[in-house]
Amino acid sequence: MSAASERREAWRASWAVGLAVAAYGISFGALAVASGLDVWQASVLSAVMFSGGSQFALIGVLAAGGAASGPAAIAGATLLGLRNGLYAVRVSPIVGPGWAKRLLAGHLTIDESTAVATAQPTLESQRIGFWATGAIIWVGWNLMTLAGALLGDLLGDVSAYGLDAAAAAAFLGLVWPRLRALQPIAVAVGAAVVTTLTIPLLPPGLPVLVAAVVALVVGIPDLLGRPGGPEPQLVHHDDVPPAPDSGESER
Amino acid sequence: MSIWQIIIVASIAVLAIKLAGYLVPEQVLQTPTAARTANLVTVALLSALIVVQTIGSGQGILVDARLPAIVVAAGLFALRVPFILVIVAAAATAAALRALGWAA
Repeated sequence: MSAASERREAWRASWAVGLAVAAYGISFGALAVASGLDVWQASVLSAVMFSGGSQFALIGVLAAGGAASGPAAIAGATLLGLRNGLYAVRVSPIVGPGWAKRLLAGHLTIDESTAVATAQPTLESQRIGFWATGAIIWVGWNLMTLAGALLGDLLGDVSAYGLDAAAAAAFLGLVWPRLRALQPIAVAVGAAVVTTLTIPLLPPGLPVLVAAVVALVVGIPDLLGRPGGPEPQLVHHDDVPPAPDSGESER
Repeated sequence: MSIWQIIIVASIAVLAIKLAGYLVPEQVLQTPTAARTANLVTVALLSALIVVQTIGSGQGILVDARLPAIVVAAGLFALRVPFILVIVAAAATAAALRALGWAA
């Protein structure tokens, strides 16, 4: 692929993922208001916290327990945000040096910007994927949060519009392109089983973190890895998943 | 704590985790084991989030219209249908099942 078509592909993936994810910011805004937050509080969460999983976890706990459940809500949001720290380590070489740039990149380091960036074949297209996806989602997520919060009362029950199912489908779309070998498939299934078993046992937010242990158990000793196959590399990956939007990039 | 205090403390904590990741030396991820494990951690977390979003209900499991919706989404992803269309189809599935009273 030429450099120009790689750049186009990175932009295309960024827009496709960015718009889809930003669109369900409307469900966050509406659910936040339904959980007892005001429009400003919902907007500050989307602008500053800017991590969908953590935001949904926070309002979920507040909806159940109110302000008295503050520490549990903060813990849940923080634990769900731990994966962003892993993503940051991952995209740090893509972002490159410069503290101001890294500070801004840190704010935009989320599931989708990491996924789109690491799915691109060259450093240049990885940079486009990271910044474009992060910026599109930040702007769109905040606009849609505001719209959702303002419309919350009008919409009433957001589940009637299937917005909760849309959130699950979006996560599925992000993991789908990564399931190309036995090892990640085994980890995905194991993590799903562990999560299902621990949801009734642990406070909200913790099952997701316990599931991450499955990746450590399989990944560190390289269980089920391809014998003699190429080891995954951070940059210039041979077998990176394509952009997590449609699988079109493999054509 | 007030709602505002909760929001500000939690937002700073989540932002600080992101920034902390940029302070880890790059060499940490240059071993095959670290790179492979980081990839698998992403897969595990996303898979767990799908389960939580599909059947989670606070600290409990609830099977409702979200489950058939995610099955529809999986089928469409397998058929290489574009991301945005799959998301819309999943939401429409759940909304339709609820409107028809076939699922909660």
